[in-house]
Amino acid sequence: MQGTEQKAGRKGLARLRAGLWVAAGVSVLIALAVIYDRGHPPGDPASQYASAFGGPFVLTAPDGSSVTDKTLAGKPYAIFFGFTRCPDVCPTSLARMARLRKQLGPDGAKFNIVFVSVDPGHDKPADIGNYVALFGTPMIGLTGTEAQLAQIKKGYGVYSAKVPQPGGDYTIDHTAAIYLMTARGEFSGTIDAHEPDATALAKLKRLIG
Amino acid sequence: MMFLQSRILVPMAALAALGTSALAQANQSEGLAVHHAWSRETAAGQSVGGGFMTISNRGAAADRLLSGTSPVAAEVQLHTMTMDGGIMRMRRVEGGIAVPARGTLELKPGSYHIMFMGLTRQLRQGERFPVTLRFQRAGSVTVQVSVLPVTSSGSMDSGHAGH
Repeated sequence: MQGTEQKAGRKGLARLRAGLWVAAGVSVLIALAVIYDRGHPPGDPASQYASAFGGPFVLTAPDGSSVTDKTLAGKPYAIFFGFTRCPDVCPTSLARMARLRKQLGPDGAKFNIVFVSVDPGHDKPADIGNYVALFGTPMIGLTGTEAQLAQIKKGYGVYSAKVPQPGGDYTIDHTAAIYLMTARGEFSGTIDAHEPDATALAKLKRLIG
Repeated sequence: MMFLQSRILVPMAALAALGTSALAQANQSEGLAVHHAWSRETAAGQSVGGGFMTISNRGAAADRLLSGTSPVAAEVQLHTMTMDGGIMRMRRVEGGIAVPARGTLELKPGSYHIMFMGLTRQLRQGERFPVTLRFQRAGSVTVQVSVLPVTSSGSMDSGHAGH
């Protein structure tokens, strides 16, 4: 009797699990449909998503010059959003990009590494230049006004928010993914903080291939 | 302990001359041992740096890391970091961090760490600087922190005293 009940319980659980997967799948489809439906003509949904992502932006380089999506066009790039006071995920991610580039050998020069500081209140363009220079490989360090940053964050779906700390200081919560963009400024994928180097390397090879 | 604490108040030049031997003794106190204390090099103008280390408690009583001071920073804070749905969140820890009895507290990337706030100078690769940690039971413990390349994610080299 008990065995049957357990079996029934397990079946119920299995059904619930299946139900949840279906619900998750439907949510993803709805999300994709919403993205797809943003006023684009019908076409391949993947490429529609790719071109909806990113978009135009204007930011400032360490030397004070403007860098836009058009400046970056023509070469794929890996872009990461953070701040120089970020203790860990930022240096780790940028160091990783430097390491992966080295592993690619001469092909490592076929993409740009871009770091965008979302802390313009603290990080001045020159500070960001000094910061990215630590990583021993060319990196484009950018920031902008709050409005300019809002535009690029929206385009890339990046979340960042100032969080006040005791004592009057603040820290910044922010999305920690690395976004891979093609030479045409289209979304190619992300590199996640937790995925193995081999996976990340394969993505970079596809990006520059 | 008092002797060692007063040492960090002397000028940096004297500190450098002091070398590691005297300060190294302080790494072991009341059953606490601190290993692999390291920090990442910083850029000119960078105002904060993170600190990482392993604190082992060989004693039968739990202890608590409460605070710290260092001549390289206006303030030493305890922080934690979490990844939450792809979003990095860093928070200051209030009330200290437990060092379990016969256990270990790891201050490491992606987890609890020390933040050197308001750096008084740039941290340069290859140098060492002191930080004095205050524990609830063990009192003050001064540790030498090794400054590693920004690309480091851990330390085989270390501020460990036993060398």
